[in-house]
Amino acid sequence: MAAPPPDPQFVLRGTSAAVHTLHFSCGGQEPDVPVLFSGSENGLIHVWNLKTHRVDKALDGHGRKSVCWVETMDGKDRLLSQGRDQKICLWDLAEGRASVTDSVFTENVGFCRCSLLKVAEGRWLMAMAAKALDEVQVLELPSKTSVCTLKPEAGAKLGMPMCLKLWQINCGSQPLLLAGYENGSVVLWNLSMGKVLSQLFCHQEPVMSLDFDSEKAKGISGSSERVLSIWSLNEQQNLQVHTTHRLVNSGISDITIRPDKKILATAGWDHRIRVFGWKKMKPLAVLDYHTATVHCVSFSDHKNPSERLLAAGSKDHRISIWSIYTQT
Amino acid sequence: MATAVESALREALAGPAPGAAALCALRDALAAAGGEAAPGPRERERLGALLRSLAAAAAAGPEEPAGPWRSCFAEAPPGLALSALLGALGEPRGAAPRAGAGLRALLEELERLVRGRLAAVLGELCQPRGAAELGAGLLGAVVALPERLSSGLQGGLQGGLPALFLPQNYFPLLAAAIVEALHEVAAALRGGSDCSISFLSHVLGKVCVRGRQKEILSVLVPRLADLTKSDCIWQRICWRLVECVPDRCMEAVVLGFVQRAPGADVLSRLLGNLVVKNKHAQFVVTQKFFLLQYGYTTAVLQNLLGYLSLDSLRRALLIKVLQELLETWSSSSAVKHSPPEQQEYISKAILICLSHLKDSEIESCRQELLTSMMEGVKCHLDSSLPQIRRLGMIVAESISSKINTDGPVLKFQYEEDDEARELKSLLVQAPSFCVPSVPDDSRKEKADAALPSASESNGKSHTAAAHVVSDEESDTELDSDDDLTPYDMSEDKELKTKAPVYIRDCIEVLTGSEDVDKWEATVKALESLVRKNPAATREVSVELAKILLHLEEKTCIEGFAELRQRAQVAVLTVDPIPVAQYLTSQFYSLNYSLRQRMDILDVLVLAARELSCPKVHGKTKHVEKPCVQLLPASDSSKDWRRIVDERIKSKTRRFAKGPSQVQVASGPNEFNSVAGHFFFPLLQNFDRPLSTFDLLGEDHFVLGRLVHTLAVLLYLAVNTTAVTAMGKALMEFVWALRFHTDSYVRQGLLSCISSMLLSVPAEHLLNNMTEELLETQSWLGDVVEKDPDGDCRRLALQNLLLMENLKKKLNKTVPS
Repeated sequence: MAAPPPDPQFVLRGTSAAVHTLHFSCGGQEPDVPVLFSGSENGLIHVWNLKTHRVDKALDGHGRKSVCWVETMDGKDRLLSQGRDQKICLWDLAEGRASVTDSVFTENVGFCRCSLLKVAEGRWLMAMAAKALDEVQVLELPSKTSVCTLKPEAGAKLGMPMCLKLWQINCGSQPLLLAGYENGSVVLWNLSMGKVLSQLFCHQEPVMSLDFDSEKAKGISGSSERVLSIWSLNEQQNLQVHTTHRLVNSGISDITIRPDKKILATAGWDHRIRVFGWKKMKPLAVLDYHTATVHCVSFSDHKNPSERLLAAGSKDHRISIWSIYTQT
Repeated sequence: MATAVESALREALAGPAPGAAALCALRDALAAAGGEAAPGPRERERLGALLRSLAAAAAAGPEEPAGPWRSCFAEAPPGLALSALLGALGEPRGAAPRAGAGLRALLEELERLVRGRLAAVLGELCQPRGAAELGAGLLGAVVALPERLSSGLQGGLQGGLPALFLPQNYFPLLAAAIVEALHEVAAALRGGSDCSISFLSHVLGKVCVRGRQKEILSVLVPRLADLTKSDCIWQRICWRLVECVPDRCMEAVVLGFVQRAPGADVLSRLLGNLVVKNKHAQFVVTQKFFLLQYGYTTAVLQNLLGYLSLDSLRRALLIKVLQELLETWSSSSAVKHSPPEQQEYISKAILICLSHLKDSEIESCRQELLTSMMEGVKCHLDSSLPQIRRLGMIVAESISSKINTDGPVLKFQYEEDDEARELKSLLVQAPSFCVPSVPDDSRKEKADAALPSASESNGKSHTAAAHVVSDEESDTELDSDDDLTPYDMSEDKELKTKAPVYIRDCIEVLTGSEDVDKWEATVKALESLVRKNPAATREVSVELAKILLHLEEKTCIEGFAELRQRAQVAVLTVDPIPVAQYLTSQFYSLNYSLRQRMDILDVLVLAARELSCPKVHGKTKHVEKPCVQLLPASDSSKDWRRIVDERIKSKTRRFAKGPSQVQVASGPNEFNSVAGHFFFPLLQNFDRPLSTFDLLGEDHFVLGRLVHTLAVLLYLAVNTTAVTAMGKALMEFVWALRFHTDSYVRQGLLSCISSMLLSVPAEHLLNNMTEELLETQSWLGDVVEKDPDGDCRRLALQNLLLMENLKKKLNKTVPS
């Protein structure tokens, strides 16, 4: 018989609001403690110390509006956070500071999370939903200069962008953007030309989340439906459906592929976290701990594979931390 | 010989008091005569006079008279002696208290006579030439002996009567004497001589009619049952014994026999065809026993009906009884007016009758059975008492299964409890002997036999399971190129459909959705949703109430009716006035089922109860939530207050006796402002029948519910401003309906009176409704005396007590 699914390694409580986003920062050298950033519905960003399992700091910079995305820029001292107050803040957390050093006013009212890509040392690209409902804007950080604005052709009827993923094949090559739209399609954008390279209509409902593996040129997306869609990008930069995977319950709010591209995790509306083998989409585990919708899943970036963690944040105010498939 | 007695008598009677020598001579003469040749009438008369005078002398004197007078009594014919003794002892005396030794001696003599020669007294009278003139007096003496003695000697005797003369001892003795006398009769009959036992029958009848059936028959019936077992002479004697019982005593005797006979066959041996021969007995058995009384146990019923079924002559009576029972059972007036206990009795009798009927007999009266069954089931199902309805169902089912042996039979749904099972078991004739239980050995053997097979199958399932597992393993091995082993995912079931979160979504789902799961989830979630979002509910409250009122059970949900009702109550409490207006208006409108109308009433009552209860906000909620939470500011401040209060209380010493306890949580009665909306519209249209709904006619069950509802509403409206007006209106309503035929309705009316007395302030009652109250009081008095329903009588009595208390309270307050 197969082993029963594991219990969470530990559970972080105390956000007192639904958790919408998680980000690990565990890659630092010894004196640095691994931390987990969590953004919750009450506008606070908690910095969790993963040694003590306690909150180190609570950052309040979004006027009590829900925080939907957090990401670090080079280590845990610089943090980007996006809130529903239409602001993206850059935090300086070095040496115990906790101040917003810079911010961008997006004027976007949607829920779309941003995407950050390091293109060179000290130079980042950030894709975000823009003021116009169907547009995506790409900024260069830290200069905040606009690189391009991706506007669908008139009559494309894509609707709002729902999720974004900036990527490049390897360092120095041309960055590309994958965007999931309200009408259920996934679009590959060329940033320099501002043109659609390929469009794949893979869901009936808005695409809630997607992730892409640039090595295998294969991606996965989920929506409120009962299927996960796995698609691939061929040599001609064309997206095509690879397979679909049918789920037991409908609704996926987040999908993350582990950095080593072995497994992936989905956050389900059915309160469950599902883990799959990425190679064949083989179902591996169903982690049933939360009592409400799981909003986000995130894998840690530990250097040592055996320490790697999986975190999931849920509407039930809790963050569960799992240690699963760490030996492979 | 007779001459010797005569001469002795003459000598003894010569003086004013007989001398000792004369008595000796008399005794010797009597002893010599023995019982062989009874004295002639003249001698008897003289002897009787002598004995009477002897007894009178003994009773009057303080000392026991000297001489051998006692032996005269011992030797005299027992009948004469007994009447002389009783005459002296039983005659009423003056107030003079006397307890002479003579009296005691008389009693001793009587005791000896009763113990030893009672049978002889009876036997004497059974002789064909038994003195008729003596019989009448002696009959009364024998039967009434305990009463006569106790009234004659009242207080006149120290130490009381000998135990023998207490009824519980005397009558068994009398019974034994009767049996002994019957033995003599049997011997005489065998000897070919003639005998009359009518005197014994008279004794028996008289004792029974005086209410001593238990004492005498509990000895007589078993003895006779034993004697008649195999002897046909004894059977004839026994039949004759009961046949000769005078008509006016027949009922007591027959009922006594029926109650005490251990079985129908014994009863048949004892009574013979009495019921066919004797009109009076027939009336008692076929009419009185079944239709005019209902106190007998099921076993007695079985006895009597079994007796009727045992002889072909009597079977005609059995069918007649059944017809009469069915006539009563199917009469709607009887169903309405007779107490439920009697109806149960009749139903039992019908079932037992059916169990005795043969197929051919049923065939002959099938049509009649069918008609009365149809009639009866209709009026039983019409009743508002559940037990009557169920009785109707059970009896109708039984009749139908008897008359339709091959066709379809009636089948009702009712709760199968002990009572129902007991009733149904009557349909099967009780077998005369018990089926011996399966011996332990064979049972054990069976168990042993069963065991190996069970273990075998267990083993099989084990191997099968192992097989499956190995299959799975091989499967995973094949698939092992992905080196990640999956965890058990069998628990990954489809999540139950989520209930809607908004009231408007619920409305959408309940009205239009085809998704059964969603519909179920909505029904389950609706109550809490309504309570959580009062503002949102108020926007659509009437619409929601309408949907809920019409909501039908789409799928089989556990407790659907309760869920719907709770949601309805929630809607009504959240927005009382418009919803109450809606519901009360719908109560009297067209096109609703009775169930819906009763739902409306229930919902009104439950909501009124909820509104009128003081609620405790915050505190209880705080306790209910188990999860970890930061303390909300408002709650913590309350807690702080409480803690400080407690601390002050614990540190403060109080000298006054005043109420130092924390007061019971109180709040405004929310029912106050809305009570009228719940109440008055329900009173409006009860006398206006609709084409589908006639409260005063056949829908009296709903009327009963309505009346009860009004009573509860008035009770809950205590201390509200509208209560006086409500009470007055209800009073008029009650007055209009007070002679309703349905007992459930009457019970409701009486509850209305109770709640009026309890809710309306006393001074208002007396100032505004004095006349009505007086009228009600006399009506209640009537109900207490005459109502056939026990609950009604009890309620009316309670109301009278309440009125009495009210009066007392006022009397207390007025003078001060």
